Amino acid sequence: MAPSDDDSDPKPLLPKLSRRAFFTGAGASALGATLVQTAAEAASTAAPAVHGPGPSTLTLTLNGRPVTVQADPGTTLAELLRNQLGMTGTKIGCDRGACSACTVWLDGEVAASCMTLAFDARGRKVTTIEGLAKGDELHPVQRAFVEHDAMQCGFCTPGMVMSCAALVERNPKCTLDDVKQAVSGHLCRCGTYPNVFKATLAAARSNGKGKGRS
Amino acid sequence: MQSFEWVDAESVEQAVTLLGESKDGRPVVAKAGGMDLLDLMKGGVLSPHRVVNLKGIKGLDGVRFDARQGLELGALVTLSRISREPEVRNRFVALSEAAEHAATPQVRNAATIGGNLLQRPRCWYFRNEHFHQAGGDDLARVRDGQNQYHAIFDNQRTAMVHASTPATALLAYGASVELVGPGGKTRTVPVSELLLPPDMKRPRDTVLAPNELLTRVRIPAPAAGTRAAYHKQGERESYDWPLCDVAVVLQLDGRVVRQAAIAMGWVAPTPRRATEAEKLLVGRPVDEELARQVAKAAVAGATPLSKNAYKVSILETVVRRTVLAAAKA
Repeated sequence: MAPSDDDSDPKPLLPKLSRRAFFTGAGASALGATLVQTAAEAASTAAPAVHGPGPSTLTLTLNGRPVTVQADPGTTLAELLRNQLGMTGTKIGCDRGACSACTVWLDGEVAASCMTLAFDARGRKVTTIEGLAKGDELHPVQRAFVEHDAMQCGFCTPGMVMSCAALVERNPKCTLDDVKQAVSGHLCRCGTYPNVFKATLAAARSNGKGKGRS
Repeated sequence: MQSFEWVDAESVEQAVTLLGESKDGRPVVAKAGGMDLLDLMKGGVLSPHRVVNLKGIKGLDGVRFDARQGLELGALVTLSRISREPEVRNRFVALSEAAEHAATPQVRNAATIGGNLLQRPRCWYFRNEHFHQAGGDDLARVRDGQNQYHAIFDNQRTAMVHASTPATALLAYGASVELVGPGGKTRTVPVSELLLPPDMKRPRDTVLAPNELLTRVRIPAPAAGTRAAYHKQGERESYDWPLCDVAVVLQLDGRVVRQAAIAMGWVAPTPRRATEAEKLLVGRPVDEELARQVAKAAVAGATPLSKNAYKVSILETVVRRTVLAAAKA
């Protein structure tokens, strides 16, 4: 069968407007308003906006600052942070949510950024290891990690610090079991867990005594 | 991971309409927390042409308890929230324990109860793209291969096991789910009927239709004297998938058991009730000796594979301990 050339009945995308209707109808601004309303109605009842598969705009708050970037929907938050936003402190280990090296805070709660699509961070507050210190003042957990030698190769460290800092912020009276629970998803193949426990408990104690970030 | 389109659904109705479509053999899939979906996409096991984001749908993230109606969880409630929520902790401890011991804290903050129930199996043959393309006999591959984490019951047709551990607790509590399809057509399905034996050749391991959405999970109100316990046994204490998990729900009258439910996960293609073992409990007070008999009955009829006979004795021990823990809870 030959392809049909029949275009006698194309489906109009917008209500047809004749010159007469345009000039005899209400003013141009009123017409504009009608068109806008029609489009909005169509959007709410029919197909919603489609993003991708190519890059699409998204906005999030990164370490306290609003950021707008282009990313395709298949981009993970970890990839976005490392490849487009320069936040290479966030590490990608297993890329499956099983090692937690990629841990960041999403609205203050720990998240595996490798298993979070960047689109799921839209409009949310993302805190990375780079956003933990206040200027030159390290977060108590960061300082305690230094003082208690809580790292060897350092690859798991940014993620570990984010989990331990989230715990200390949430529960300054945390116990050893709480710390173990907080880092239960983290793999450290150097085996620095005992010093991570010591550091976090020390940070919690100093945090409790001081005025938060001493 | 193949690139895909993204659509934010604003309502259940809209999501269901979008899910009916597909393109060039690539499906449209729903995404809540996205944990299992992303894992399947990264592994090349699933390549949707479009992902429908459910996170923006209002009214699916509620936790409600009513003394007559029982517990209702919106499909978008996270595992973290289930583990913390006082109404769940106080009245449905086996479920809150199951949620607390699933995955990592990071994953629990994102993973939803709806998505958790609809997970695909963790079988390493299933998770490997190669075996989806290779064809052949999926069961023979497991039987002749690395089957140490596979089913020890009902493994004549498939030896893969369902991944959800909250499903084990939900089965013991007699929970059901609400499924919504086109035109708002709603049906309620018990968790025991929701899950199907995993199959590599099917797009899902549940009775959910391609254009249906799991919207709510409901647990009937517990009768007076209800006690429960849950235990997930892994190879290590920190984050890992289980070797088996067991949920026990007992209704006690003094020390005497009036009703008993024992659910066992990761030992059969779908979570399994130990019905014969449950019968032994009814009408008797729980003690060490009875728990021992119950556990023995729970593993009777097991048909372990070449590398997983060890799971039989582990399961027996976990059933015994969990029955005792429930009676003391």
